[in-house]
Amino acid sequence: MQAAIIIFPGSNREQDVCQAWKLATGHEPLRIWHKDTSLPETDLIILPGGFAHGDYLRCGAIAAQAPIMREVKARAARGTPVLGICNGFQILTEAGMLPGALLPNRSLAFTCKDIHLRVENSQTIFTCGYSAGQTIRVPVAHHDGGYTADEGTLDRLEGEGRIAFRYCSPAGALTDDDNFNGSARAIAGIFNDTRTILGLMPHPEDATDPLLGGTDGRAFFDGLVGALQR
Amino acid sequence: MKELAAEMGLSAEEFARASAILGRTPNLTETGIFAAMWSEHCSYKSSKIWLKTLPTTGPRVICGPGENAGVVDIGDGDAVVFKIESHNHPSFIEPHQGAATGVGGILRDVFTMGARPIAMLDSLRFGSPDHPLTRHLVSGVVGGIGGYGNCVGVPTVGGECQFHPAYNGNILVNAMCVGLARADRIFYSTAAGPGNLVIYVGAKTGRDGIHGATMASAEFGGNAGDKRPTVQVGDPFTEKLLIEACLELMEGDAIVAIQDMGAAGLTSSSVEMAGKGKDSLGIALDLDRVPVRETGMSAYEIMLSESQERMLMILAPGSEAEARRVFDKWELDFAVIGEVTETGRLVLRIHGEIAADIPVGPLVGEAPLYERPWVRRASDPEIDPRSLPARDPFACLKRLLAAPDLASKRWIWEQYDHLVQGNTVKRPGGDAAVIRIGQTGKALALTTDSTPRYCRPDPVRGGMQAVAESWRNLTAVGALPLALTDCMNFGNPERPEIMGEFVGAIEGMRAACRALDYPVVSGNVSLYNETSGSAVLPTPVIGGVGLLDDVRRAVDLALKRDGDAVILIGDTSGHLGASLYLGEIEGREAGPPPPVDLAAERRNGDFVRGQIAGGQITACHDLGDGGLLVALAEMAMAGGRGVALDPQPCTLAPHAWWFGEDQARYLIEAAAADQILAAAAAVGVPARRIGIVIGDGAGAALTLPGAGAISIAELRAANEAWLPAYMAQS
Repeated sequence: MQAAIIIFPGSNREQDVCQAWKLATGHEPLRIWHKDTSLPETDLIILPGGFAHGDYLRCGAIAAQAPIMREVKARAARGTPVLGICNGFQILTEAGMLPGALLPNRSLAFTCKDIHLRVENSQTIFTCGYSAGQTIRVPVAHHDGGYTADEGTLDRLEGEGRIAFRYCSPAGALTDDDNFNGSARAIAGIFNDTRTILGLMPHPEDATDPLLGGTDGRAFFDGLVGALQR
Repeated sequence: MKELAAEMGLSAEEFARASAILGRTPNLTETGIFAAMWSEHCSYKSSKIWLKTLPTTGPRVICGPGENAGVVDIGDGDAVVFKIESHNHPSFIEPHQGAATGVGGILRDVFTMGARPIAMLDSLRFGSPDHPLTRHLVSGVVGGIGGYGNCVGVPTVGGECQFHPAYNGNILVNAMCVGLARADRIFYSTAAGPGNLVIYVGAKTGRDGIHGATMASAEFGGNAGDKRPTVQVGDPFTEKLLIEACLELMEGDAIVAIQDMGAAGLTSSSVEMAGKGKDSLGIALDLDRVPVRETGMSAYEIMLSESQERMLMILAPGSEAEARRVFDKWELDFAVIGEVTETGRLVLRIHGEIAADIPVGPLVGEAPLYERPWVRRASDPEIDPRSLPARDPFACLKRLLAAPDLASKRWIWEQYDHLVQGNTVKRPGGDAAVIRIGQTGKALALTTDSTPRYCRPDPVRGGMQAVAESWRNLTAVGALPLALTDCMNFGNPERPEIMGEFVGAIEGMRAACRALDYPVVSGNVSLYNETSGSAVLPTPVIGGVGLLDDVRRAVDLALKRDGDAVILIGDTSGHLGASLYLGEIEGREAGPPPPVDLAAERRNGDFVRGQIAGGQITACHDLGDGGLLVALAEMAMAGGRGVALDPQPCTLAPHAWWFGEDQARYLIEAAAADQILAAAAAVGVPARRIGIVIGDGAGAALTLPGAGAISIAELRAANEAWLPAYMAQS
C-alpha cells in the first residue's frame, strides 16, 4: 500500500496526514515535490493542507498550475484515487478536477475548531469506513472553506450521490449555525463523477489519535486503506 | 551630523563617544549604525546590569541569554529552543502588520538556531474595552497573528489577553515561539573563519522599517500614526520557505554561523556575528550585491532597512554550491555579499566607495550602559475583607466570569490554527498547552503569564508572582517546569519610578527563579511603552516551558466523573488586595498584591505534580485571577459537570474565602480523596476537600448550602458571550 503526497511550497499539513497514513498502513507516503514532472505508480495521491504559494492570488490557483499537476490529472484520469484535504480541495477545484470553488468563510475569519460532519454517501472508497447518515467529529482549520457552485451543479452533485460530507449538529441535524462557513447546502466535501477523487475542507487526519482529542478520523483512513487493498 | 544623530536617538554624549571610537566625525551611515546598535532595543543599555542578576544556568540549560533563543536539554538527544519577544510599538501603529511581523521575527529567532518551530503563544494587553481604538486593535492584532502563524503552519496553542486603561496608548503584543532541535545540532551566530563567505538569503531589501529599532526605543507623542512608515510588512509564505530551506541546509555542515535580520536589519545581524567572534574578526560587505526591492537605495537605507524574512549566514569553505542548490529549490534570493576578515572592522562598500568603516570591538563593547536612578514605590495599605460589603457569591461569580480579563478568549484562539503539525494534546483554554514530542511519548507544556495589576502596587511581589504562576500552570498539567523566557514591558526608564518598577520586578523574578529552580534562558526588554507621559502597567511576561516524561499522564482542568472529590491544595487567608474581585465587583484598584511564599509554592507544586504522575488526579487547575470559586467554575464549565460545594469551612468573610487570590494553590479532582489528603498531610501540604462532582448535561450546577445554585450552562453563557459580543459592535 503506497501513497504519494504532493508537497507544494507552503504546504503545511503534510506531517499530519503522513502521521495518519502511517497509523493506518505502517509506513509514510512518498513525498513528491511540486516541480517534479513524473509520479511513481501509487495506490493513492494526496494533496495536503496548507497555504501553497501563500494562497496569494486565490487559494490553490498557483498550485493548480504546478508541473506535477499535469501528471496528477493524467493519473487521476486513469483511475488512481486522489484525496485533497483543505488546501488540497481548493487546488482540486482550481485544477478543474472537482466542480465549484471555495469562498472565504462567511465570518471572514480563519476558523480552527472541532465540527460535526454527516456522512452522506458511504458507498465509496473514501467513506466506506462509515455508514451513511453517521455523524463524526473532526477539526476544521481554514479561512476559505465556503463551498459554492451553480445550482445546476449542486443539484447534480446531490442527485448523483457525490456529496461526501455535510456540516451538521452533533445529532446530525443540518442547521444554519452548524454550517459555520456558509457552504452551499452545507457541503464539506465532494466526489468527482467516478467517486475516485475526494476533496474536503475538514481534517480527518487530525482526529486519529485519542491523545489529540478524537479518533473519528481513524475510520476514514482505515476504510480507505481497506478499499484500496481490495 | 550631531543634530541628525539626535534625531536618530543618539544623545550628545553617545555621539561624542562614537566620534572618539572612530577618531573622526561619523558619516551618515556610520551614525545610523551607532544609533541602531546603541538603541535601547539592541543594546539593553538601561536594563543590562539588572538582567545580569537573573539566574540563567541549570543542569539542563544548553544555551542561556545572549543568543537568538534559549536552549534546554529535554533528554534523548533532543533540545527545546524558545524565546519571547515584544512587538508593541509597531502593533499599536499598524496592528495587523505589527503583530504579524512580531510572529515572523520570533519564528526566525528559533529556526535560526536549527530548531523546527512547533508552537507559538501570544501574550496580549489592550486598553480599556471602552476606548475607541481598542476594538480595532484587537481585531488587527488577532488577524495579524493568525494570518502569519496559520500560513507558516506553526500551531498557536496558548497565550493570554487582558484589558486595562493603562494600555490605551500602548498595547503589548508579546509573541513566544518554541522549537525542537537535536541537542548536538544547535546553530549559533558567532562568525568565524577569515575568508569565509557572508551570504544573504530571503526577501529583498526595501525601504520599509528603516529605524524601527530606534522607534521601539522612544515613547509616543500624540501622533503615533505618523510613524506608520517605520512598520514593516510581513510575508508568511516567504518565511515558510525560509524555515524549510534553512532547516534543509542545516542537515549538512555548510553553515558556520547564522543570524536573522531582525531589529536594525543588516546592521545588527552583521555586527552581532562579527562581535561574537574573536577580537580580530571583522566583516566586509559589498552593498551593491544586496538584493534590493527598489532602485537607488543608499548604504544607510540598506543597512537600516527592517524588511522582513531575511537571514545572514557565514558559509564553510566550499559550501556555496550546496547552499545555492537549496535556496534555488525554495526559490529564495541568495547572494554572496561579503566575507569574514581579520581586520576587526565592519567595512561597507557601495559603488566602489567605502560607506562605513567601524571597529567592531568598541561598537559592541563600548556601547553605553546606564545605571539609571530608581525609586521604590511606597506600599499600599492592606484591604480588610471585613470592610467590604457581603454579596451573593454566585452573582459575583457570574459577573467575574463575564469580565473582560476572565471572559473566554475562544473568539481569539479559534482564529489561530492550534492543531497543525498534529501534536496538540491540550488545546488553548487550560492552564498550559501540551504539545507531544512526535512519537517519543514525551510532551512539552507551554504557558505565558503575568499579572500587571499586581506589579504596579508592588513590582517585587508582582515579578515573583508572575514566575510562580508560570511554574504553577506548568505543574497543573503534570509537567516539570524546565526554564523560562521573559518579556519585560515597561515605561520610560529615564523616570526613576519606572526604573524602580523594573528593578523591583527583576528582584522578585530572581528570588522566584532561584527558589523554584526555574532559570531564565532568553528574553527581551521593551521600554518606553508610554504615550504622552502615561506608562503601561509594569508587565513582566513569563513564557514557561515544562516537560512531561509520559504524555499520557497529562491532565487538564475539565471535571471528569460524578462522585469524585474536589480538593483544595494550599492555604487560604482571603487576600483581596489588587484582586479581580476588588476591581470588578467593588470598582477599586487598591491594596497590595498577595504575598508569595516561595517555599509553599515549591512544596505544594511538587506534591501536586507527584500525584499527577502517580495517576491519582483526574483534573487540576491553578488558582489565580478570581480565586477559588472562579477556578472551580472554570473546571465545571470545561467538564460540563456540576459541583456540590461543602459549606465554607472557616470564619473568613465569604468573599475573601471564595474570591481571595492567595498564591500557591490548586484545585484537584480525585476519586481517592482520603489517600490524597493523607499523602498531603504526611508532607505538610495543606489540603482540604471542598466539594463533590455531581451531575452533567443541562442540569449541571454549582450548589452551596445557604447560597442556592447556579447552572453551569448559565455560567458558560456569561463567560463565552462577552468577547464575541464586544467584537461584533461597530
